[in-house]
Amino acid sequence: MEIRKPASAGTLESSDAMVTVEPGTGIELSLTSSVMNQYGRQIKKTVLETLERLDVKDAKVTVVDKGALDCTIKARVECAVFRSCDKSENNIDWGGVIR
Amino acid sequence: MIPRPKPERFRLRRTMMFLSAQKPGLTKDAYIYGVDSIMLDLEDAVAENQKDAARFSLYHTLKTIDYGDTEVIVRINGLDTPHWKEDIRVCVAGGADGIRIAKCESAQDVLTVEKHVEEAEKEFGVEVGRTLLMAALESPKGILNAYEICAASPRMFGCAISGGDFRKCMQTKFTPSGIDMLTARGMMLIAARAAGVQCFDTVYTNLKDEEGYRAEVMQNKEMGFDGKSLINPKQIRLVHELFAPTEKEITQAEKIVRAYREQSAAGVGVFTVDGKMIDIAFIPGAERTLKLARACGLYEGDLV
Amino acid sequence: MKNAVGRDIPDYLLTNGKEVYQGKNYMDGKYITKASPKTRRYEKPQESKVVATIADALRQCNCKDGCTFSFHHHLRNGDYVANMVIAAAVEELGIKDITVAATSLGSAHDVIADYIEQGIVTGIQTSGIRGRIGDVVSAGKLKTPAIIRSHGGRPRAIEAGEVHIDIAVIAAPTSDCVGNCRGIGGKHNCGSMGYAMMDAKYADYVIVVTDDLVEFPNMPASVKAIDVDAVVVVDSIGDPKKIASAAARISENPRDLMMAENVAKVIASTPYFKDGFSFQTGVGGPSLAANLFLEKYMDERNIKMGWAIGGICGPMVEMLKKGKVGKVIDVQDFDLDAVNSINQTPNHFEMSASQYANPANKGAFVNKLDFVVLAALEIDTDFNVNVLTGSDGVLRGAPGGHPDTAAGSKCCVIVTPLTRGRMATVCEHVVTVTTPGDCVDVLVTDYGIAVNPLRPDLIECLDNAGIPHVSIESLKEKAYSLVGRPDDLQWEDKVVAILEARDGTILDVVRKIKPYTVDQE
Repeated sequence: MEIRKPASAGTLESSDAMVTVEPGTGIELSLTSSVMNQYGRQIKKTVLETLERLDVKDAKVTVVDKGALDCTIKARVECAVFRSCDKSENNIDWGGVIR
Repeated sequence: MIPRPKPERFRLRRTMMFLSAQKPGLTKDAYIYGVDSIMLDLEDAVAENQKDAARFSLYHTLKTIDYGDTEVIVRINGLDTPHWKEDIRVCVAGGADGIRIAKCESAQDVLTVEKHVEEAEKEFGVEVGRTLLMAALESPKGILNAYEICAASPRMFGCAISGGDFRKCMQTKFTPSGIDMLTARGMMLIAARAAGVQCFDTVYTNLKDEEGYRAEVMQNKEMGFDGKSLINPKQIRLVHELFAPTEKEITQAEKIVRAYREQSAAGVGVFTVDGKMIDIAFIPGAERTLKLARACGLYEGDLV
Repeated sequence: MKNAVGRDIPDYLLTNGKEVYQGKNYMDGKYITKASPKTRRYEKPQESKVVATIADALRQCNCKDGCTFSFHHHLRNGDYVANMVIAAAVEELGIKDITVAATSLGSAHDVIADYIEQGIVTGIQTSGIRGRIGDVVSAGKLKTPAIIRSHGGRPRAIEAGEVHIDIAVIAAPTSDCVGNCRGIGGKHNCGSMGYAMMDAKYADYVIVVTDDLVEFPNMPASVKAIDVDAVVVVDSIGDPKKIASAAARISENPRDLMMAENVAKVIASTPYFKDGFSFQTGVGGPSLAANLFLEKYMDERNIKMGWAIGGICGPMVEMLKKGKVGKVIDVQDFDLDAVNSINQTPNHFEMSASQYANPANKGAFVNKLDFVVLAALEIDTDFNVNVLTGSDGVLRGAPGGHPDTAAGSKCCVIVTPLTRGRMATVCEHVVTVTTPGDCVDVLVTDYGIAVNPLRPDLIECLDNAGIPHVSIESLKEKAYSLVGRPDDLQWEDKVVAILEARDGTILDVVRKIKPYTVDQE
C-alpha cells in the first residue's frame, strides 16, 4: 500500500499506542515506549512486520506506545495505513492481509 | 489465534457486560471478573470517527485474547448507519459468538442482518449458522414487534430492552419503581418466552446507588428475566447472587425431580412432595433450578 | 558471593564485617554495642534556642565538609525543609561532600539531584528513592553507592553506628522556643513524627525547623527539647496539599476491589483471624480496600481487631472510632483524618520507627503482627518481592516497612495485579530483591491466588475454605502469555545502590543500567 497522506490511529491512554504514518522514502520508524527497555525490540518487530504484510515500502512511521499489547499495536498500524489510503471504512480483507 | 468453541444458543447469560471495543485497556482481560457474556461495543461507546479503528482493534482482540468460557458478543451499529455491514464482516471474520442488533424494530431487521451474517460466514469460511443473534429493542415499535423479532431466526437466542433510548421515545424518565418500563419489560418477556428465547433487562447506570440497583435486579428476577446488561464489573456479583436459586429452592427441586423419576418409572403420574401435589408440569422448572444451581456452583448432584 | 536469595554480591562490598543475606532471623541472639552521639552540654539556662536562619543554625552545629544530614519524610512529597537545609549548607556555608540520610526521598527533593550531579552530595542513605534523585543515582552520578534500608533497618543501622548522623534536621509542624516538637497544632500538620524520633536521639546535633512557633511547653512532644540544639523559624515547611491528602478514599476500581475481596477471604480462612487479631495494610488501592471486606468478615464472625499499626489513614481511624479495632499505633499519617486523630482519638498512639520495625531491638510491633497486606512492583516465582526498582531497572520505589512487616508477621499477603500495562508483575526474577521470599506467604492477583510452598499450613487453610489457588509459576506463565516475555535488562558492573536487608546483611545491589537501543540484537 502506498502512504499518500498523513494519517494516525490510536490514543495515548495506558495500554494503547498512537501510530502516525506519513509519506516517506523507505521505512523510517520513530518509536517511543513506556516499556522501551523491555519490549522496544518486540514492538519494533511487530510494527515492521505489519508494514511488510501491508506491503508498505515507503513511510515515515511514528509510534508512541503506552504499554500496548502486540495485538493493539498491529491494529493501530493497520488502521493508520488504511486511513492514509482512504480504505479504512469498508471491505477490509479480514483474515487475509489483516491477520 | 484462539479457536473458540461453537457458541451455544442457550447457555447461562445472567450478566452481559458492555465494553468499548476501542479501549484496549478494558478489552484485554474483561473476563477475569467472572461475567457470563462480554458485549464488545462498536455502537454508542465508539465515536463516529473511530468506527474504523474500533473494528481493527476488535478483529485482533477476538483473534488474540483467550476469553475462555466467557461468551463474546458484539454490539453492531444500527441498520440506519453506514457502519453495520462492515461491523458484521469483522464480527464473523473474528469469530464472535454472537451479534447484538442495535435498534431492532422488525423481523425484517433480523432477516437483513442474518442475510449479511450468512454471506460473511461464507466469505470467511465460518460454519454457516455459527454466529448467533440477539436483538436490542430500543423503541415502542421494537417492543410491539418483539414476538416476530424473537421468532425471526433460529440464530436468535434472545432480546434485551435498551432503557435509555426507550425512555426517550416514551418521553419518560427513570423511576426507582420501574413503572416507566413495566409494560415494555412485561411485553418483551412474554414475547421472548412465547418465542422460546432468552430475555435480558437494560443497564442500571447509577453506580453509586447500590440500593436502587439491588431493587432493580430483584425486580428483574421476579419478572422472569434471564439476565441483565451491565456497565461495570462491580455490578456482576449482585446479579449472580440474587439470580442464584436459594438453598431451599434447590432442595425442593431435587426432591421433585428425584420423586418424579422414581414415580414415573413405577407408572405413577401424580404424586406429592412435602404435602404438595406434583405432576409432570413441575419438572422443567425444577430441572431449570438445578441447572442454574449447578452453573452457580451450588449443586453438585447428578440429576441434571 | 551469592546470598540466600541467589543474588551475587561483589566481594569488595563485604568488608568491615558486612555479610551477605543468610535468611530470615539470621542475626537473632547476636549482640550489638550501641553507638552514642557526641553532644553539647547546655548547663546554663537558655531563654530560647531560636536562631535567625538555617545557615546560623548550621554554623552553630559545626557543619563541616563530609557532613551527614538526616531528614524525616513526614511531610512526604510536600517537604520544603530538606532542600532548604542542603541549599543553605552548600550555597551559604560552602559545604562539600554531603551525605543525605533521609527516612525517604521523593520528587519533592529533585533539587538535591542537582547537587548529586555537581558532586556536592556524595552519599545517599534512604528508605525510599523516587523522582530525579532515583534517575541520577541510577545513572551512576552519585559518588558512592546509595544505601537503601527498610524503616526498621534504618534505626538498627543508626543504633549500630553504621550511620552516624552529624546533624539531624527535624521539620516540625509546631515547636516551642527550645525545640519540643509536635506533628499537630500548626499550619502544616503531619500527625505522627515517628520517623524523626531515633534521629534526634542519635545525632550529634539536632536542628528543628518549624513554621509555627508555639508557646512553651509544646506537649506532648514527639521530639523533645532535651535533644535539640537550635530552632529555626521559616515561612513554610511544606506544601500542605502534598503533605496529607484530604482523605484516603477506598478504591472504586473493580479490579482492586476484586483483589481486595480475595485478600479478605484468605485472611478469614486462617486460624489467626480471631478476636483480637492484629493487622497492617498499605494505602495502595487493593491493600486499603481489603479493610472494607475484612470488616464484613469481622461482623459476620462477631470479632474485633485488637490493634493496627503502620502508616495510618482515614479508613483505619474510622474503624477505631466505630470500636472495630482496639488500638491504633501510628508511625506515620497519610491523610488529614489520621493527622487529626492521633493523640486525640482515644487509643490512637504514636510510635517511633524503631518501636515499629527495628529487628535488633527487643520488642518491635511488627513481630506481634498477625497479618500484613502489602503491594509489590514485582514478585518472582520464589516469592521475592521488589518494591524499589521499576521493571526498567531505575530506582523509583521504597522498601519502607515492607521487609520488616513481611518478616515479623504470621501471614504476609502481597496483593498486586498480574500485569501493569505491559509489565508482568509476577515474573521469573525480580529486578531487585527488597523483601526475601521466605518472608512472603500468599500472593493475591486479579488472575488467581498463590501460596508460598513454605507454608503448607496456609495451603490447607485455603483448601478447607474452598478458596481456589494455583502455583506462582502458572501465574508467571499467564502473565508472560499476555504481555510477551520481556528482554533482559542489560547492566554495567558499577553498583549504584546497595540494598541492605533489615538485619544489616546485603540483600541485593542495583547496578547501572546500560543504555538500550531497539537496534541491538
